[in-house]
Amino acid sequence: MNRHLLSAADLDRAEAVAVLDVSEEMAATQRREIKKLPTLRGRTVVNLFFEDSTRTRTSFEAAAKRLSADVINFSAKGSSVSKGESLKDTALTLEAMGADAVVVRHWASGAPHRLAHAGWTRGSVVNAGDGTHEHPTQALLDAYTIRRHLRPAGDGRHGGTGQDLEGVRVTIVGDVLHSRVARSNVLLLHTLGARVTLVGPPTLLPVGVESWPCEVTSDLDAALADGSPDAVMMLRVQRERMDAASGGFFPSAREYTRRYGLGRSRLALLPEHTIVMHPGPMNRGLEISADAADSPRSTIVEQVGNGVAVRMAVLYLLLAGDGTTRTPATTSNGGTP
Amino acid sequence: MSPVLVTGARILGGEPADLLLDGGRITAVGPGLSADAGTDVVDARGLVALPGLVDLHTHLREPGREDAETVETGTRAAARGGYTAVFAMANTLPVADTAGVVEQVKRLGDEAGWAEVRPVGAVTVGLAGRQLAELGAMADSAAGVRVFSDDGHCVSDAVLMRRALEYVKAFDGVIAQHAQEPRLTEDAQMNEGTVSAVLGLRGWPSVAEEAVIARDVLLADHVGSRLHVCHVSTKGSVEILRWAKQRGVRVTAEVTPHHLLLTDELARSYDPVYKVNPPLRTQADVEAVREGLADGTIDVVATDHAPHPLEDKDCEWAAAAMGMTGLETALSVVQHAMVDTGLLTWEQVADRMSAAPARIGRLAGQGEPLAVGSAANLVLVDPATRWTVDPAQMATSGRNSPFRGMELPGRVVATVLRGRPTVLDSTLVRSTP
Repeated sequence: MNRHLLSAADLDRAEAVAVLDVSEEMAATQRREIKKLPTLRGRTVVNLFFEDSTRTRTSFEAAAKRLSADVINFSAKGSSVSKGESLKDTALTLEAMGADAVVVRHWASGAPHRLAHAGWTRGSVVNAGDGTHEHPTQALLDAYTIRRHLRPAGDGRHGGTGQDLEGVRVTIVGDVLHSRVARSNVLLLHTLGARVTLVGPPTLLPVGVESWPCEVTSDLDAALADGSPDAVMMLRVQRERMDAASGGFFPSAREYTRRYGLGRSRLALLPEHTIVMHPGPMNRGLEISADAADSPRSTIVEQVGNGVAVRMAVLYLLLAGDGTTRTPATTSNGGTP
Repeated sequence: MSPVLVTGARILGGEPADLLLDGGRITAVGPGLSADAGTDVVDARGLVALPGLVDLHTHLREPGREDAETVETGTRAAARGGYTAVFAMANTLPVADTAGVVEQVKRLGDEAGWAEVRPVGAVTVGLAGRQLAELGAMADSAAGVRVFSDDGHCVSDAVLMRRALEYVKAFDGVIAQHAQEPRLTEDAQMNEGTVSAVLGLRGWPSVAEEAVIARDVLLADHVGSRLHVCHVSTKGSVEILRWAKQRGVRVTAEVTPHHLLLTDELARSYDPVYKVNPPLRTQADVEAVREGLADGTIDVVATDHAPHPLEDKDCEWAAAAMGMTGLETALSVVQHAMVDTGLLTWEQVADRMSAAPARIGRLAGQGEPLAVGSAANLVLVDPATRWTVDPAQMATSGRNSPFRGMELPGRVVATVLRGRPTVLDSTLVRSTP
């Protein structure tokens, strides 16, 4: 694994499978009574958040703490006039404080890339969501969730350790244009061998999407009925997007729900085994109905829990391992759980 | 002022000849000219002589943003780049929308003495796009403004654009339009296409430029006025301009050196040194603007030299200012992209970078042929020398060169302004007030 995790494209298939495998081992440690591991004792992880995100920040915080790292939470919602200055100056401050890893959430696409490459800090940079660009750890936890459900190991191992997602069909629905989750998922799932279909109104599919390694359609019913997906991932849609001042991407919330929402009737189109995913936070009644969100197919709550294990794996691989060594999680427990 | 004898120069890339400069004019041209005592001799063997370059689109930033550039530093950069005249854009603080401001800018240029500075006047008050500025007062002022532009902003209101085009006919002015449909480019960050889709940066679609150019050439045709299109960047724009010229519309256009060479692939670095307006486009667009410049659809190369202080570029892409420096690299980029590729001869370079911009800007005494009687404005360039671009070595205050680290051909060895060298041995020598 590289020194940074900026994009899902930073990982090749072997590296991505390795992250999922380490995540599996980390998850096993989280079922023990004592959840804390000594692995990153003495290392400092900074959560640098320029945008509010309670769930991603707490997920990274829990992950770092369970690996015994010192965690500094740095909320830096800068004013609009000093946006640029604050990223550089904050980075220099954190560098002076000796951050080994900086987990960054930023409103500007590419901000983690700048942090990693502008010479402002020497620590590892983990992209925790940048603008409308990428959110690679979300894609990793989604892939991990998919693998656990669709690649159950028959030999007593958990969640298909060592396996990729070759041939798995994943349909991602909604506001692709503004979604960092969609970008990272397309890249990572493709790397792992899955077949991805994006569905959304043409206004919410970016110009240039045809160059992505996936299928693209605006017909959700056909995608669900004919595509027989193994996983359906619903993306959050902001209600403001329908306002003319915000771009007027669709006429009304009701029309969006009718054409692109996942409700009871569309749920019935899905094969028995298909799982329903959502990165959260949901707009119940807009892109997803309560029937879908709370159905037995839904992995939405599980995704949140898996996020901690996946982020433990990412921090471990960036800071403690080279991606090929066995994890302390395994060795301290005397073998694979 | 001593006479200057330039020996062995290849005029417009032709056979070696000598040029005698005296009293601010070219007084003799031919092989084997002799010099009287007291004549300064410039050995130009192996160098190509062109008329002094004229930049129709320069941001000198003064008054108001002296932290980015001053008239002094900007015109030093111009001289280093082979320019003897620059048109200074109006988006200063205060905006150059009154006779007072344009006269101030001209006076600063005269005092600096490195290049002739011709102010561009704003089309609308404060560049706000609501009310015409006093275009006549600026035209009649000591600055003698003939080029008007809200550059940085588009005159997007069709009626206001029509009125501006009509109004400047009274003094043979031209409206230089920054073609950018504002609603299609709200918060736009880079060219809209496959790269922006991957990077998650808000797209600046080609159609936002092309739609305005299409409207404006039709307006110019309707009212019989002169229109100039700033920094053409797309294939579609070239096609519209070609169509308009065939129809006889009085339209001229410019392309920047960076749009002749660079593409939006560079945005993948998220380094704001590549952020510019209009944005870097695709390879197909680069090829189209080169072709347009070669066949005369695009009349001139203009730098859109836009220096910024470091802090405005040393940040996230979305927070960064748009713009690139260009005066000191333009001729090298044009040689690289157009001459060394066989698309333009040196004679055509002289047209695109000197004669045509002077003609469009109605600037007498610049862009004249290297012949007896012409003003003694010229540049000597060594086409065989290659150099590596280092912004720290430049005369401009701006460090935001997208060409940094690139090896380019063609070194400006000397620049002569009205018979006096401003650059010799690639070094600034003295100002010529």
